[in-house]
Amino acid sequence: MATQTNQLTAKQVLNETGAPVIVFDHVQLAFDDKVVLKDISFTLIKGHTKIIIGASGSGKSTALKIIVGLLRADSGVVWVNGQRVDQLSEQDMMPVRADLGMIFQEGALFDSLTVRENVGYKLYEETQLPLEEVDARVEEVLGFVGLREHIDKMPSELSGGQRRRVAIARAMAFKPSIMLYDEATTGLDPITATTVDDEMLKLRDLENVSSIIVTHQLRDAFYVAEHMAQRDRDGNVRIVRAGAAKEREAEFIMLKDGLIIFEGDADALRKSQNPYIMEFLS
Amino acid sequence: MITAIERRLKSAALEAQEYVYLTASAIYAAGTRPRYKHDIWEQLDGIGFGSLTVVLLAGLFTGAALALQSGQTLDQFGARPVVGRLVSASMIKELGPVLTALMLTGRIGSGIAAELGSMAVTDQINALRALGTDPVRKLVVPRVLAGFLMAPVLTVVSDFVGILGGWVVARFTFQVNSGLYWSSVTKGLYLQDVYMGLIKPFVFGFLIVTIACHVGLRTTGGTAGVGRATTISVVAGSVAVIAADFFVGQVLFMLLY
Repeated sequence: MATQTNQLTAKQVLNETGAPVIVFDHVQLAFDDKVVLKDISFTLIKGHTKIIIGASGSGKSTALKIIVGLLRADSGVVWVNGQRVDQLSEQDMMPVRADLGMIFQEGALFDSLTVRENVGYKLYEETQLPLEEVDARVEEVLGFVGLREHIDKMPSELSGGQRRRVAIARAMAFKPSIMLYDEATTGLDPITATTVDDEMLKLRDLENVSSIIVTHQLRDAFYVAEHMAQRDRDGNVRIVRAGAAKEREAEFIMLKDGLIIFEGDADALRKSQNPYIMEFLS
Repeated sequence: MITAIERRLKSAALEAQEYVYLTASAIYAAGTRPRYKHDIWEQLDGIGFGSLTVVLLAGLFTGAALALQSGQTLDQFGARPVVGRLVSASMIKELGPVLTALMLTGRIGSGIAAELGSMAVTDQINALRALGTDPVRKLVVPRVLAGFLMAPVLTVVSDFVGILGGWVVARFTFQVNSGLYWSSVTKGLYLQDVYMGLIKPFVFGFLIVTIACHVGLRTTGGTAGVGRATTISVVAGSVAVIAADFFVGQVLFMLLY
């Protein structure tokens, strides 16, 4: 009975503004002799955005894979939605993943399934929802990312940007409260990349989704940190410049050689006097 | 030098450990829920019905070639009428199961390794896991069940058309009377031979598919890696079939005869 009360309290705490939804506590990981993450600690606050930047091979994507349980840390503790996940088995990880949406590099769409089947995959295969409800949800999320007319196409028929947006639609179809973006805009031209960035903003600001964005595209990182989505009176979504308070909700983390060398908002990152960061930003 | 050998041994041990782990996981998953019935039916159709043409052709020509070669030899001893006995015993005990398995290794072993390998290198396997689907249940179990169940069915088909191919040669090349051929076919067979011919394909089907799934799921290195995985799957699967044929044959000889 006491345990039940504690669980309820933990859930209530997670519903509060400012609750920590992901906690990385002194996480370390090495592949044979190569140390990827030396000692990484950070906290993602509910409704906020964490933008992890760094050079290729600095361990950014690895951190995301540890959160979602695709890799297991050698040491340290990882909490997701109040549950310790670093020691969970694959089977026990499944309920945790129900509240995590992940967008992989290149989208990782199932190439033998249509856009509709990709987006509704989890709902069709892993839930008992009636087909009409799943179809309605699929059309709703495809409408959200502006791709409803492509519903019956195969992934190979879509452009790179469209594939990433379908991947976002697939990840948001089951309404997760946390989204993890792994290089979601890498390889896209700036205009297409902005359409993907806008989807991230819409999810964060209109659906209150907490997010971790891994990228080495500085343009996209600053765009997401310094803009916000809002609905006007007619219900249309507009992307506007974020206010100072909103900007502070997007926090940058810079990784170098498996360590965090910077943590702070966009303004602090721009003003950093660290030679490596200055070179990275130049 | 020692380090290189040590590294190879460690790598081989890791591969063996991962293979055993995958196999055990697949067996456990096959007996528990959730099950992806649609995928199981799809694989039964793809592996079973899809392999029918290649198995039919291989069986037919193997039986015909066997009758042709053995018929000429038997002819020297005036034993031409017993060619059916030789064809049926060889096909059912040995050639049917092994050749069908080798055909399946080429057709489905390579296909599975390429398919799962492509999914692995494009992060689709990770995407499945992130979406809450266990890849073993979704991808491995349907294929293993289909391989395990369809290999014996295809072997029986191959045995039958092999014996039929033998009859064509016996009848039209060696002018053996049809009745004599078919009675010779049944006379040369013992129940133990039939058991042996039916038990072996279960083992072969299981080995071919589990090896292909293991190799496919561990693919790395982009499209070149997929090519490598396909080759490894076919080579390892073929060697496993031939080795298993010897060991299973030994065990069955001890148990059945």
